[in-house]
Amino acid sequence: MSGATLVLAALVLPAATAAIIPLFATRPDARETVTLVGTVLLFAAVAALTWRVIGGARPGVHLLEVLPGLSIAFAVEPLGALFAFVASSLWIVNSLFSVGYMRANREPRQTTFYVCFAGAITATMGIALAANLFTLFLFYEMLTLVTYPLVTHHRDEAARNAGRLYLLMLLGGSTLLLLPAIAWTGIVAGTLDFRPGGILGGALGPLALGVLLALFVFGIAKAAVMPMHYWLPAAMVAPTPVSALLHAVAVVKAGVFFITKVIIYVFGVDTLRETGAADWLIYVACATIILASLVALRQDHLKRRLAYSTISQLGYVVLGAALATSWGIVGSGMHIAMHAVGKITLFFCAGAIYTAAHKSYVSELSGLGRAMPFTFAFFLVGALTVIGLPPFGGAWSKWYLALGALQADRVVVVAVLMVSALLNAAYLLPIPFKAFFGSSGDAQPGDGPGEAPLSCLIATGATAVACVVLFFVPNAVLDLLRQIALQ
Amino acid sequence: MHHLPALQVVVPIAGALLCALVRRPGPAWVVATVVSWTVPVIAVLLLNQALSEGVVSYHLGGWDPSIGIEYRVDVVSGLILVLVSTIAAAIAPFARQSVAAEIDSDRVAWFYTMYLLALAGMLGIAITGDAFNAFVFLEISSLSSYALIAFGRDRRALVAAYQYLVLGTIGASFYVIGVGLLYTMTGTLNLGLMAERIATVESTRPVLAALAFITVGISLKLALFPLHVWLPNAYAYAPSAATVFLAATSTKVAIYLFARYLFSVFGAGFVFADLPITPILATFSVAAIFAAATVAVFQSNAKRMFAYSSVAQIGYITLGIALATETGVTGGLVHVLAHALTKAALFMSLGAVVFSAGSVRIEDLGGIGRTMPFTMSALALAGLGLIGVPGTIGFVSKWYLVVAAFEIGWWWLAFLIVGSSLITMVYVGRLVEVAWFRAPSAVALRAKQAPIGMLVPIWLLTGAIIFFGLDADLTVDIAGRAAAVLLGGLM
Repeated sequence: MSGATLVLAALVLPAATAAIIPLFATRPDARETVTLVGTVLLFAAVAALTWRVIGGARPGVHLLEVLPGLSIAFAVEPLGALFAFVASSLWIVNSLFSVGYMRANREPRQTTFYVCFAGAITATMGIALAANLFTLFLFYEMLTLVTYPLVTHHRDEAARNAGRLYLLMLLGGSTLLLLPAIAWTGIVAGTLDFRPGGILGGALGPLALGVLLALFVFGIAKAAVMPMHYWLPAAMVAPTPVSALLHAVAVVKAGVFFITKVIIYVFGVDTLRETGAADWLIYVACATIILASLVALRQDHLKRRLAYSTISQLGYVVLGAALATSWGIVGSGMHIAMHAVGKITLFFCAGAIYTAAHKSYVSELSGLGRAMPFTFAFFLVGALTVIGLPPFGGAWSKWYLALGALQADRVVVVAVLMVSALLNAAYLLPIPFKAFFGSSGDAQPGDGPGEAPLSCLIATGATAVACVVLFFVPNAVLDLLRQIALQ
Repeated sequence: MHHLPALQVVVPIAGALLCALVRRPGPAWVVATVVSWTVPVIAVLLLNQALSEGVVSYHLGGWDPSIGIEYRVDVVSGLILVLVSTIAAAIAPFARQSVAAEIDSDRVAWFYTMYLLALAGMLGIAITGDAFNAFVFLEISSLSSYALIAFGRDRRALVAAYQYLVLGTIGASFYVIGVGLLYTMTGTLNLGLMAERIATVESTRPVLAALAFITVGISLKLALFPLHVWLPNAYAYAPSAATVFLAATSTKVAIYLFARYLFSVFGAGFVFADLPITPILATFSVAAIFAAATVAVFQSNAKRMFAYSSVAQIGYITLGIALATETGVTGGLVHVLAHALTKAALFMSLGAVVFSAGSVRIEDLGGIGRTMPFTMSALALAGLGLIGVPGTIGFVSKWYLVVAAFEIGWWWLAFLIVGSSLITMVYVGRLVEVAWFRAPSAVALRAKQAPIGMLVPIWLLTGAIIFFGLDADLTVDIAGRAAAVLLGGLM
């Protein structure tokens, strides 16, 4: 197959999955089979695509020109290939998890759930493979709209309010700040294409560049850079598979991916380093990292704690890009992958705990580890990855981020990374420790809940294993990302 | 082929007469449908001819334009002709059941008579190149519109129609006063000749007075804020089919006439360079966009809500005209199309809700998304077009407006334009939330699926909203050429 066919396949396969699922609305087994087949086919296409990108190819396809200068086109580059690969591979495990979770919790409207999920992946692929700002913006908005029914899945008061905040912040940010930023870029640069080295070199002064960057960073509310983060904890009312894949991986990573992409291919790393227009973003990212971790410490609701942790970790990705150094970019891209695997493991565990024991608060989990040993062991693995300790994948991304900070002569940033690692440990590690060693109150051993359904357990185990594997074979990711740094 | 311009108006007038003669609902609908499906064919042929030849000029009765009436189709008027007639074609299949359900059977034929007269009037305004003939068509379309609105079941429809009649008549009188002044100064009623002679008129004071009268008169008809007071009630209480037709076309035709006078007759140089029209019109437009949209948020009747939304959306169009740059006017013209398609789809969906559920009070619509999924999902999609989400035609027009604002250095205006989308989002979102998040109300439970005859035109319009959002080549090309014609004067 040619590269262009693979690109189209990556977009059409999840869309087709979304279209076929409703035909099997009355037969759940067939419906879930459709989803799983779709996930595997997509993964195959994206894997083949990634392989070509590693080999140096840059497949692309020009679909249509909406307006002169605004076209829907796709071009795969290393960062996008990595993001597509992460999202499509995790979609497989997440679908496996969803089957167990949605059935065990007797969730309503499961067909809608799977349709919107496949739609969200379609939008994610569009974001990952977009060749210009307009295409990326188009799929970015589509992702917001198609995930709205998922966030509001329970259709109750809490879901409605979360849905309002979700739309208001994401669509508000994108129309109010992002759209003018794109229009401004188009007028100044004369193009909206992503090009190595950026398209804005010399076109704007340092102050204007800084303002434009601010419009992008805060307009892309999916990246949850403070103070645009409020929607993320609220979106935790969604079923856990949604929180796991969308609000730890696809949606939020689409945000930081967008920012990184803009910094590398629109502003240009060199332009930013020379003008210093991204310096302010380093401080904002550092503040987000620390503040979100502090808030996470005080959250008792498990998923909300994880959500604040996500906000903090997204700050790392933004930070790496804002450093505007080659190692910073590598660390940034790597963190997209490493955090995705770690955080999805944590969310899977949260979902498993909710399914098996119907508990969603940290304070209720004491002693539960004896009833659910596998789940909490996996939780520990995920937590250690997020903290960034060897031998888990997260160690590498933080290593390269630190290298990037030193490259930029910013020792303060290294200090922030260290403090944040401690804070991560402080809000994550007590959970498995108390579960294993805490007292379970007056409950007798044996009458507690067991493990979650097998498909949930398998999915969680798979991502936990991936956390470890990624520590030993980071080269694939590294080779991919080095290609950007060397450009 | 030579007589196509005349046929464009004669066909609907003849249809109206026929409707009045047959007097029976079924045949009247057939006549209306045949006419509605014929006029777009003529319009497309005319636009095509205008695109290739520049201008199609037709001398009515063979009289020379200096003494007789000239029908003149250029890209601008061709665009409006195609728009109005296409919307009419979409309404015809929808109208059969909607009109039968909302209007007593002995009056249905009269409804179609008035509908076809209104159609003839609007097409006439767009096609004529004669100032007084435009007034006649303006009156034909207005008088029949008053009647269309008064057909509404709700007794408030009568008050609404009366209110519109009073304000519409004032508007028309202002217009004709302005035309009279221009006639005394130039000695002609032909718009082309008028434009040529205005430049040589020595005393500009009567011309200025004419400009003022005509601008205010037409502003009343196009519902430019704050001259919009007739519109919300008229749209809210008119029969559904009439609302769809008026909301999608009547204000657009008035906007056409407005642009024609400002750019072609008085001349862009005189109006926009010598007079401070840009800041004045831009101020009213921005006020319309924000004030009317804010009022829309607080409406309890969905039709009224979208009626206020129309006032706001017209603001975008007049804003594009006010900027008087090629990009701005293109954006305004694309928004004419965008808003016509979007509002037609929205009001048609609400018409289907009236047909199936009997109410468009937002309170009654709780949970209706579950009982009427096809209608309400079309409404939600059209709502996205109204907000201007990328991938819809609403995005294309707003993009042009934003770029136009940046181009002249009014970056704050760009932020106002995108910021106003948020208010649109709030009132569209409110309806979507009610339709899907509330437990089904008694009304919603009673509602059945909308008939296929309604769903097909609704989805065709919705499809067009998305299609022209993804492939804007055709629309932007025509709108861009129309903008160039307007800014270049009447050649």
